[in-house]
Amino acid sequence: MAKFHSVFDIIGPVMVGPSSSHTAGAVKIGRAAKFLFDQDITYARFHLYGSFAKTYKGHGTDVALVAGILGYDTDDARIIDAFTYAKEAGIHVEFIEDHSAVPHPNTVRIELMNGHETLELVGQSIGGGKVEIVELNGFRLHLSGNHPAILVMHNDRFGAIASVTEILARFEINIGRMEVNRKDVGKEALMTIELDQNIEPEVEEALRGAKHILRLAKVVD
Amino acid sequence: MGSYQFRTVKELVEIAQQKSMPLSEVMIQREMALYELPREDVFGRMEQQLNVMEEAIERGLKGVKSVTGLTGGDAVKINTYLKEHVPLSGPVLLDAVSKAVATNEVNAAMGKVCATPTAGSAGCVPGVLFAVKDQLKATRDDMVRFLFTTGAFGLVVANNAFISGAQGGCQAEVGSASAMAAAAVVEMAGGSPEASAHAFSITLKNMLGLVCDPVAGLVEVPCVKRNALGASQAIVSADMALAGVTSVIPTDEVISAMYQVGKRMPVAFKETAEGGLAATPTGKRLAREIFSN
Repeated sequence: MAKFHSVFDIIGPVMVGPSSSHTAGAVKIGRAAKFLFDQDITYARFHLYGSFAKTYKGHGTDVALVAGILGYDTDDARIIDAFTYAKEAGIHVEFIEDHSAVPHPNTVRIELMNGHETLELVGQSIGGGKVEIVELNGFRLHLSGNHPAILVMHNDRFGAIASVTEILARFEINIGRMEVNRKDVGKEALMTIELDQNIEPEVEEALRGAKHILRLAKVVD
Repeated sequence: MGSYQFRTVKELVEIAQQKSMPLSEVMIQREMALYELPREDVFGRMEQQLNVMEEAIERGLKGVKSVTGLTGGDAVKINTYLKEHVPLSGPVLLDAVSKAVATNEVNAAMGKVCATPTAGSAGCVPGVLFAVKDQLKATRDDMVRFLFTTGAFGLVVANNAFISGAQGGCQAEVGSASAMAAAAVVEMAGGSPEASAHAFSITLKNMLGLVCDPVAGLVEVPCVKRNALGASQAIVSADMALAGVTSVIPTDEVISAMYQVGKRMPVAFKETAEGGLAATPTGKRLAREIFSN
């Protein structure tokens, strides 16, 4: 399946260097984690694999990941000073080099925490600044991180998916890609929906109130 | 996006021939159809990328230094030489070299660039474009078109092989970038879509097997100079294709060969800083010095 669609995946992104996969891609994965967590972060742990583990200091991958969880974009001049800004924001960061085998050379596992909640996400930087989120809190998925998206944790019951798509249809929001994963029959399941636009607060509220919906997180563009 | 969809260079060239339009136009039409955007939006966004490239070149030509001090200042040297001498390789070629170096020096200094297709290979395309534009009497619109042409070829490579050094070695990164630039020069010079494809093939064939071996894992040594030499190759290949020279191996097969070579390339040569120049005594010493600070 084609992973690169837009001409701006090739002629772009506009970014702070030095590496599209190790710097810009890392910013994007960090940003996706921040938006999906959607809470104050007090502790962030980054497990680095493959080329990320070997070269992260040289490429500024560590700085870039931290910039991402601060919500910066890939062309933000503050990236270079992200550690200072994280400290000011009260975020403690830790990096762990993990040399176990992974399917993709540029892989990171991010754990975000505060006193109440944790999020665990696995992201891959697939080249040219493009990324893929392949795991979220134990669920396998394929989220590009390049488009707005909503992730809906729901009970695996009849009508859960229909209740979400019905709301999106009512607000005339187009679905670009959709994927449903569950850990077991009848248990918690995760809907990953990539959209053409960011959703308005009223849409979000409607979705949160929908039948069988447990939690909602979003990636904004 | 129907009739503007292409997966291979063969399909891309066929669409351009059937519709009697330049390759850049196929790319523009495909982007418009795919995202349901008006032409101004697609064209305007590419113009912004062009502006970023121009700013990076200007900044690099004034002189920058990377955090490590490994790179920076060479663009100024080359540019000064260019003003005081008639370069043996010709003014256009060396101008492309200085502008490619300028861009990559800015990137290494954690400055703002436009990835083309990656940040590590960000110098080839703008270096070539801003060097050939005067001789080819290109308008600003022609320059934007140049970028769409490079993007069309880049999309095919990215989806059928790879464009990152970590996945396929430098052949995938600077190799792709310089081949993309070569194809776009041909279109800007009035060559046929087919000639663009030949220029692309001629360039990438000469890049096959090129490893990604950055000293200390940094996008500095040898990346900056590889972009410079990649830019020069793009212009030479374009001239060859414009002269009517063709590639015996079709473009899509060249891309496939690059993919196979990259697949079988040891991990030590894929951006891990464990082989090639990174593993030389000097490369290792520099890495130790940089990381002890």
